[in-house]
Amino acid sequence: MFTDTTRRAFLGRTSFGLGSLALASLLNPSLLRAASARPAGGIVNPLHFAPRAKRVIFLCMAGGPSHLETFDYKPKLAQLDGQPMPESYTKGQPIAQLQGEELRILGPRAKFRRYGRSGQEISDFLPHTASIADDLCIIRSMTTTQINHDPAHTVMNTGTSISGRPSMGSWILYGLGSESDSLPGFVVMTSRYGRSPQPIASRQWHSGFLPSVHQGVELHSHGDPVHYIRNPRGVTTARQRDVVSAVQSLNSFHNEAVHNPEIATRIAQYELAFRMQTSVPELMDLSDEPSHILDMYGTQGADGSFAANCLLARRLAERGVRFIQLYHRGWDHHGDLVKYMNMCCDATDRASAALVTDLKQRGMLDDTLVIWSGEFGRTPMFQGKGADPGRDHHIKGFSLWMAGGGIQPGLTFGATDELGYHAVQNPLEIHDLHATMLHLLGIHHEKLTYRFQGRDFRLTDVHGKVVREVIG
Amino acid sequence: MRPIAFTVALCLALVPAHADAAEPIDFNRDIRPILSDNCFECHGPDPSHRKGGGPNGLRLDVREDAIADRGGRFAIVPNDPDRSELVRRILSTDRDEVMPPADHRKTLNEAQKKLLVEWIRQGAPWAEHWAYIPPVRPDMPEPNIAKGNRIDRFIAAKLETRGLQPAPAADRRTLIRRVYFDLIGLPPTPAKVDAFLADQSPDAYDKVIDQLLASPHFGERLAIHWLDLVRYADTVGYHGDQEHQAAPYRDWVIRALNANMPFDRFTAEQLAGDLLPDSTTDQKIASAYNRLNQTTHEGGAQDKEYLAKYAADRVRTTASVWLGATLGCAECHDHKYDPYTQKDFYRFAAFFADIQERGFYDSPNTSPTTRPPEMELPTPEQAAQLANLQARITEIETTIQSPSGAGVPPASSSPSGAGVPPANPSNSEALKTELADLKKQHAALRRDLPRVMITVAVEPRTMRILPRGDWMNESGEVVQPGVPEFLSQINTDNRATRLDLARWLTSPDHPLTARVFVNRLWQLYFGVGLSRVLDDLGSQGEWPTHPDLLDALAVEFIESGWDIKHMIRLMITSDAYRRASVPAADHLRLDPANRYFARQARFRLPAEIIRDNALSVSGLLVSDIGALRSARPYQPKGYYAHLNFPEREYVPDTDRNQYRRGVYMHWQRQFLHPALKAFDAPSREECIAERPVSNTPQQALTLLNDPTFVEASRVFAERILREATPPDFDAQLTFAYRELLSRTPQPRETDLLRKLHDQHLADYQADSEAARELISTGLAPVPEDLDPAQLAAWTSITRTLLNLSESITRD
Repeated sequence: MFTDTTRRAFLGRTSFGLGSLALASLLNPSLLRAASARPAGGIVNPLHFAPRAKRVIFLCMAGGPSHLETFDYKPKLAQLDGQPMPESYTKGQPIAQLQGEELRILGPRAKFRRYGRSGQEISDFLPHTASIADDLCIIRSMTTTQINHDPAHTVMNTGTSISGRPSMGSWILYGLGSESDSLPGFVVMTSRYGRSPQPIASRQWHSGFLPSVHQGVELHSHGDPVHYIRNPRGVTTARQRDVVSAVQSLNSFHNEAVHNPEIATRIAQYELAFRMQTSVPELMDLSDEPSHILDMYGTQGADGSFAANCLLARRLAERGVRFIQLYHRGWDHHGDLVKYMNMCCDATDRASAALVTDLKQRGMLDDTLVIWSGEFGRTPMFQGKGADPGRDHHIKGFSLWMAGGGIQPGLTFGATDELGYHAVQNPLEIHDLHATMLHLLGIHHEKLTYRFQGRDFRLTDVHGKVVREVIG
Repeated sequence: MRPIAFTVALCLALVPAHADAAEPIDFNRDIRPILSDNCFECHGPDPSHRKGGGPNGLRLDVREDAIADRGGRFAIVPNDPDRSELVRRILSTDRDEVMPPADHRKTLNEAQKKLLVEWIRQGAPWAEHWAYIPPVRPDMPEPNIAKGNRIDRFIAAKLETRGLQPAPAADRRTLIRRVYFDLIGLPPTPAKVDAFLADQSPDAYDKVIDQLLASPHFGERLAIHWLDLVRYADTVGYHGDQEHQAAPYRDWVIRALNANMPFDRFTAEQLAGDLLPDSTTDQKIASAYNRLNQTTHEGGAQDKEYLAKYAADRVRTTASVWLGATLGCAECHDHKYDPYTQKDFYRFAAFFADIQERGFYDSPNTSPTTRPPEMELPTPEQAAQLANLQARITEIETTIQSPSGAGVPPASSSPSGAGVPPANPSNSEALKTELADLKKQHAALRRDLPRVMITVAVEPRTMRILPRGDWMNESGEVVQPGVPEFLSQINTDNRATRLDLARWLTSPDHPLTARVFVNRLWQLYFGVGLSRVLDDLGSQGEWPTHPDLLDALAVEFIESGWDIKHMIRLMITSDAYRRASVPAADHLRLDPANRYFARQARFRLPAEIIRDNALSVSGLLVSDIGALRSARPYQPKGYYAHLNFPEREYVPDTDRNQYRRGVYMHWQRQFLHPALKAFDAPSREECIAERPVSNTPQQALTLLNDPTFVEASRVFAERILREATPPDFDAQLTFAYRELLSRTPQPRETDLLRKLHDQHLADYQADSEAARELISTGLAPVPEDLDPAQLAAWTSITRTLLNLSESITRD
């Protein structure tokens, strides 16, 4: 038996083990360039503006965390706890699970304090997030249009609730291309801990009508991290290399006869696939992370937890991945809000803060935009699914935070009314979030378009304004 | 008015890239696309954002408005560019005046500007959008070289104007592979290839076509396309993505296509099978078309909101499937580019307002779920079982209730009691036990019956225009069912029905339906549509490269009685279809995208066919027609971890169902099987007329490592070792190549693979455990009589071969 190393050396001498260089010479070099496996250059070239951020890490708190127990303190709610919700707020408004029920106010279930030099107001559920208050820009005036989880996620990701449109990660990859030659440019990871984990559809990271090379690729914590990344049983890396090399050589022979540029592309894709078979396990292997880093995030290894995923997100960012999206499922707190807030915050608070801190200490926060948001917020009204109070879905006002990537740190922007119902000061649509995100990446949101069904589609449709006030 | 610093004479030298040099300016070909793409957004059909002089703004999609007097100024003065404001504005260098506006993302290039000026100089003739004028049979072109069939005359005429020489005919091996993949989606066996190569009769090709069009696999192949259009899937799509009951509809599509059901009937049965007089079971199954939209079971969903979503979904889909129209754009406002109004959208939606359904299906969180109304479809055996059970139940119930005490004895095993012995009070308890048991059996049997969602018409819901698409706004006008107002109308005194809609869509003078369908067929067999944008034949679509041919085909389709197989035969018996796909240098220079069909297209096979091909050559394929339960091939464990309500574990089939064709695979909208997804199969949440064809590392990983392909490789290797004679490497490799690629290997291919074989043979001989692991992939029995190392080494070869570009490409 050969070891892998000696075998590789041996293969260099065999005629079926054509190295990539020899292979390249078989091909028209311009074809090979055109066939570059990764979407290297994006369509936006040059960029529309000097970019502030090069990549995005989106921490999606799936289920919809309560803004009223995280970033939006409403003392008035405490005063009115248990009182009927004034009809002036709710009349004609969409209601989810509280349809037809008596609407009563639920006071804040958390204490808030001011943190940092900026004095940002953050609840006791989030001590670690509070510790990075001066790095955060908190937006308290988000709104969305869809009151149910699935379509609300679709709006957050694609700007519309209609299926089949590209997600923001795909748009960004399409616009900017990837900086990684051995990993996909758009990576998604998920974790769950909390109440009633709502389903997440792969539609959320789909490329829609954009070329599928821009699709998000999910990294799984259990089983193969990427589908079919592992060799078949009985096939070593060396044997796999033999097969791939044979495929490459036979394809290039064939291409001499048929002159099909797709074959050159395919050869490049096989090389990328083979590299991924090494780079993905390397990425997932956290054994080279020092213990103080593991402790900072609160993880022992790639165990599928949100903490591990945050650490992996940093590793992906280091490796040039353009858009990294983490879902944590468990924030749907229709009942037992305090219990489940504790669970969700235990799972996510330390790691979210660690991610920002870690990026900062590596000098990467400046060009990495981190966003923490649910797909919507929760009602000021009581909901009683459980032993203890909870809150229903709410779309007219909710909070998120951003950090790094050109964002103005230490700023609280926008406000809801005194009951935390409607965003009343600087209300933002999801389109505005998208426009601002693209702007920070150097893209004019009206100019990143793709022709589909006779129309030039945009992430922001016909809407969106850049929120200049939150840009540092 | 400023002088125009522009010499009109110059423009004659300028033609748009796609126009034929010798032809005069044609409004629809040359002008409308410029106006539509650059101007209609603000000067088109939608009044809400229309700009320009006058209270109603300026319209450039209507000639009367464009040439109207606007207080002494005219956007367009026919024959007089100098007096035309449009010309002044598009040529202006003043930021405040130039059109399109300086801050607009669109700009006109010089050629476009010159074309507009010249068009005005020629009198600014307008024409109705080509696709809205009913097609008429055009004159047959008379090219210098008239060969082939009628289609070829049109193709040849264009090639001659473009100075393109057609590629030679494809070799027969390529041709038979092409036509097999195109018509039945399976590779020809070596015997079929040999027979075709040997058949020197003039109708050799026609005989192959006859066989393939008559094959029951024909319907499976074309169904893939249709199922994409109607967005057939096995799950509800939203939120919990539970399974729903649709598989019988898929079988119906395959049956209908195999039977060559005329397209007008095919249309009517899907849109309105329930409304046909004395509708048959099959027609009711066909009406499942109306139920294939995504639905939700998410707690807290509002009935009205989701009914509005479903209505919009049906408009988008139906308009896209039959009209090639983006009517969905008119949900919130009038269409920006085409004359569809918002009212048209809601009138169209009203056709479907009689469908019995709910917005929010609050059935328990189970999967499969129920979405009534559904129809049970017992197999004959199940029907007999049910009847027997019911008979016995009735028998016992009658006995128990009978005051006379006459009754039946408890049955020992068979549920169908034979004979009715006298009453005996001591057995009444036993009877009750048996009755309970029988009822349980009956219910269990019914629960597992194949079912399908069907359309049942009820009192129509009120349909109103939703201002800006807002379902909560009830201030909009109530509308009745109707077709877009600018097209010919349905004449009926009653409320127009879905059946009226179907008949209108397939009326002989309909401008769109036939063009849309034949254009898509053309794309299937030539790689690109005659009009490239398959889902939009409107203003923003593309002027066809061969408008006369498209019209000739559309008219032929209608006049043939909407005969699908006739149209396919016409296309694939053309010389154009039979050409080689290897481009000549001139082809790449003059027509890189092959829009003029001097050569055939080549493209990667669709996801399902890549699977079918691998299973077919390995001998694993189970080629039964139809599947009342979708097939579940191997799938990575944990792939459904993000599904909930209920949580689900995918259980791969361990029987014949493991090896069914791709068209029968379980279609989970939110988590489509990774192999299907990798090769661009759509999620089928929305109508898809044309799949993208990507080339990604996921495809390489799938073919290399997905157990389906590894198993197919090792079973193919087993076939090679068993069937090739003599049992030496050269004969074995020749066997493999003939099975998979319908050809023999070239010497350098043989050399390379011989080295791979020898090396891996030695390697696996030294590592027999690894050999055994590799040849144990999948459920197929592991041969005990073959040398594991030999089989493993051959598996390396077959894996290599199944990964070749040539194996997944239709040439």
